[in-house]
Amino acid sequence: MQDDNTDDTHDHAHDHDHGTRDFQPDLEDTHPFTEAQFLETALRELLIEKGVITADELRGAIEFMDGRGAHLGAGVVARAWTDPGFKARLLADGTEAVELYGIPIRPTHLVVVENTATVHNVIVCTLCSCYPRNLLGRPPLWYKSREYRSRAVREPRAVLAEFGTTIPAEVEIRVHDSTADMRYLVLPMRPEGSDGLSEVELAELVTRDAMVGVTVPRGPARAAAE
Amino acid sequence: MTDKPGNRRYHDMGGLPAGPVENDDHEPDLWEKRVDAMMVCLGTSVADGKKLITVDEIRRVIEDLPPDAYDTMSYYERWVHSISTILAERGVYSREELEAKLAEVKARANEQASEGAAP
Amino acid sequence: MSRFAPGDKVRVIADFTRPGHVRTPWYCRDKAGVIERACGAFANPETLAYAKDGLPKLPLYRVRFAQRELWPDYGGGAGDVVEIEIYEPWLKATEE
Repeated sequence: MQDDNTDDTHDHAHDHDHGTRDFQPDLEDTHPFTEAQFLETALRELLIEKGVITADELRGAIEFMDGRGAHLGAGVVARAWTDPGFKARLLADGTEAVELYGIPIRPTHLVVVENTATVHNVIVCTLCSCYPRNLLGRPPLWYKSREYRSRAVREPRAVLAEFGTTIPAEVEIRVHDSTADMRYLVLPMRPEGSDGLSEVELAELVTRDAMVGVTVPRGPARAAAE
Repeated sequence: MTDKPGNRRYHDMGGLPAGPVENDDHEPDLWEKRVDAMMVCLGTSVADGKKLITVDEIRRVIEDLPPDAYDTMSYYERWVHSISTILAERGVYSREELEAKLAEVKARANEQASEGAAP
Repeated sequence: MSRFAPGDKVRVIADFTRPGHVRTPWYCRDKAGVIERACGAFANPETLAYAKDGLPKLPLYRVRFAQRELWPDYGGGAGDVVEIEIYEPWLKATEE
């Protein structure tokens, strides 16, 4: 299985450094010793030597992805919980709403799906590991696993139970299999007892797993107790 | 699903029986992040008006792996294998060039090891 | 021009031998569903996978399948569904 992250391109300046092999200390602070690691080193050096990519571009891409994480998605969720206009725009056109919010995600197409009292959403990519990387960062290992990819479409309730989540039988579970160009984010329901919280405090209740749909956000009392 | 005729591909696993989902995760190693970064950079690089690599080609190469390789190779091992295959297909380098560079990298690692460099 | 509209009843074609890179999962082939929405037109991944340009773009649809349609012994809620994005050539109207 593999990810689809070529479409999460990051637009940054390219400096065309066509020098001879330059020592790249920050990229090279591990010594390769498996075949795959040797291949990665060889590939990188060859591509840099040929001017196909630069060390700076690679560093930039690593830093960009390191900066992506659930905190970004959580901020979007918290904004949706507090701003009905934003929520409406988010559900109508996730890509546009998130870009305007300030998170670059194009050319990814984002679809935000809302949990309600009658519908609970779960995201999976059975064919590989498509994931809203620009909002949540790199996908977790379990999301890319055979177990999750096989069973999330077949027995979502059992899979959710393994995450400690029980959804009542009368609530529809809607599993989204990301087979094409859309990437999905679950907009969880705002937890009970969170009325007085600020947007920042609300964001702290939102976990990556809740935005994939395998858990629901904890209420503020439970979160504070932990 | 097994009663359908035809040739189900190994990666096409939706609905197949499997064990419990292990709720584990860890930060990728630096070499894995570099593979990831290479993927992103190559996906934006353009030569002769065409992207140097598309995720569709990457997926195709990985899907063509024999089942035992698919299972035993880790996520990023499959990726680096796939990227190197696609770029050779597209003529960014020749197989010989890659092999030569691989030999050079291994030789350098051996030298560093014998000099007592930290692993 | 999209062939299907939201609400249309469709069936995924019963093609189980398509070679190459395919984004229509095995488990939904020859299964009946409903168009949830039209997603727009996108380059064809089956040809992009071989370094072609993927043109002409294909209409893409989100199709909703009842779990009970997909798995005869589904043990979850009666209303549970799976939604999958499927390219137009893989779909036919269920009257066909």
